[in-house]
Amino acid sequence: MVAAVVTNSVFGFLRIAVMLAVFEAGTRTVAGYNEPQIATFVFAGQGLIGVVLLWALPELAERIRTGDIVTDLLRPIDPVWQQLAGDLGRAGYAVLTRFVVPVVVGALVFELYAPKRSVTYGLFMCSMVLATIVCFACRYLVSASAYWLLDVRGPQTAWVLTSGIFGGLFVPVWFFGDAMAIGLIMATPFPSLIQIPLDILIERGSTTVRLGLLAVQGAWVVALLALCRWVQSRGERKLVIQGG
Amino acid sequence: MADSTLTAYRHLVAAQVRSQAQYRASFAVDVTGSVLFGVLDIMSVVVLFRVTPTLGGFSFAEVFLMTTLAGCAFALADLAVGNVERLRQYVRSGLFDALLVRPLSSLAQLIAMDVATRRVGRVAFGVAMLVLAAANAPVKLTPARLALLAVTPIAGAIIFGAVFVATATVAFWWIESGEIANGLTYGGLNFTQYPITIYGALFRRLFAYAVGFAFVAYYPTLALIDRPDPLGAPAFLGYAAPAIAIMAAVAAGLVWQTGVRHYRSTGS
Repeated sequence: MVAAVVTNSVFGFLRIAVMLAVFEAGTRTVAGYNEPQIATFVFAGQGLIGVVLLWALPELAERIRTGDIVTDLLRPIDPVWQQLAGDLGRAGYAVLTRFVVPVVVGALVFELYAPKRSVTYGLFMCSMVLATIVCFACRYLVSASAYWLLDVRGPQTAWVLTSGIFGGLFVPVWFFGDAMAIGLIMATPFPSLIQIPLDILIERGSTTVRLGLLAVQGAWVVALLALCRWVQSRGERKLVIQGG
Repeated sequence: MADSTLTAYRHLVAAQVRSQAQYRASFAVDVTGSVLFGVLDIMSVVVLFRVTPTLGGFSFAEVFLMTTLAGCAFALADLAVGNVERLRQYVRSGLFDALLVRPLSSLAQLIAMDVATRRVGRVAFGVAMLVLAAANAPVKLTPARLALLAVTPIAGAIIFGAVFVATATVAFWWIESGEIANGLTYGGLNFTQYPITIYGALFRRLFAYAVGFAFVAYYPTLALIDRPDPLGAPAFLGYAAPAIAIMAAVAAGLVWQTGVRHYRSTGS
């Protein structure tokens, strides 16, 4: 926990230096962000990593490989909901620890953007919950590929790479150009992890636009959880075939 | 004696390489993944230059050269000693005892047993990108610069390797320290990819000078493109990387020895 928070903060300093260097080259806004907004984007983003738990090890995959998963299946609650409940509890605690520390550290050194409208705080909290569920579902799907593959290093690597690039963690997806950014937000779940919560926090666009972004996240939550359920039930059949 | 010791290490590394390449498909996936991590580093820089013409006073071609030098150095270090971070598991499980009772250096054994063969993908990609960047940047090739271009990734890899070893050693005192190491190793890669002019004074002193990251890519690049340091450092620093690398390796060795002396077995 301590190690993670320190590391997230160090990376905050590394990322903000690059972002501010972009501003020094001339313009006052870059891809629609001003300096305090980008500072908030970076440090709140470093905190969000710990809340949605972007790079968790695929523990479920290990349980599937070893066969320990059968004890989860014996319980009267579906494994998807079991794991989701646990993950939401973990995320709640992370908001108070892993999210707060990088933001406070960033605020001590840089001028951060504070939301002007009070509704933003509510929207951001909703968005963070949805982001956590989207991230959980994606990680679940990566792990569940172990029902067929047993070794999930390939899917795990693909997930770490794509979520980092297209999630808005390394650079805001708006840096790719508007058309590509909108395409990514609508057609992939990745911007729902980091980019959308942060855009809502720094009040990019009107309240209506931000409500629309929440709806996009909500749609991904429904679609991905349904997919998790479906994959899980297919996987259970596969598990029986393997003699589990 | 020296001969048989070398043979022992050779067997250790060869056994590792064979075992890791045993499942062809898995190995191919791992190598591809390792290449893609290299692509990601390059992509970040390319995307940044979509929204800005210069970064810290340097053009794309110049920053691209720094990025590829840093990427090459990191990939080499990651291939050779990157898995030394698994020391944590060795300490926690008490497996480290097994290394201590053998008549070989504990650090060398750890490195030989954990060599990450799949990372050759990233090294190969890094070298290709470096050649591309050197051809693309305004480098007037002289024999001295050609030698510098060849030596810099190796010196940089030794600096990164020293950081890998020194940060992994922390596990002897603090087992849950893993991610702290990432701040300096992966953070170091992030730091060295860009000109050090973009960082704040305190951060720069710490990473660029105290740890020596400025010598991985920044100063060698200045020497390659024949440009004076905007921060006013003398020009010979462009050729100082090998000396810094030796100092870093010696320092990491000392940290390791202190760490081993503090090792207490789990006793199980």
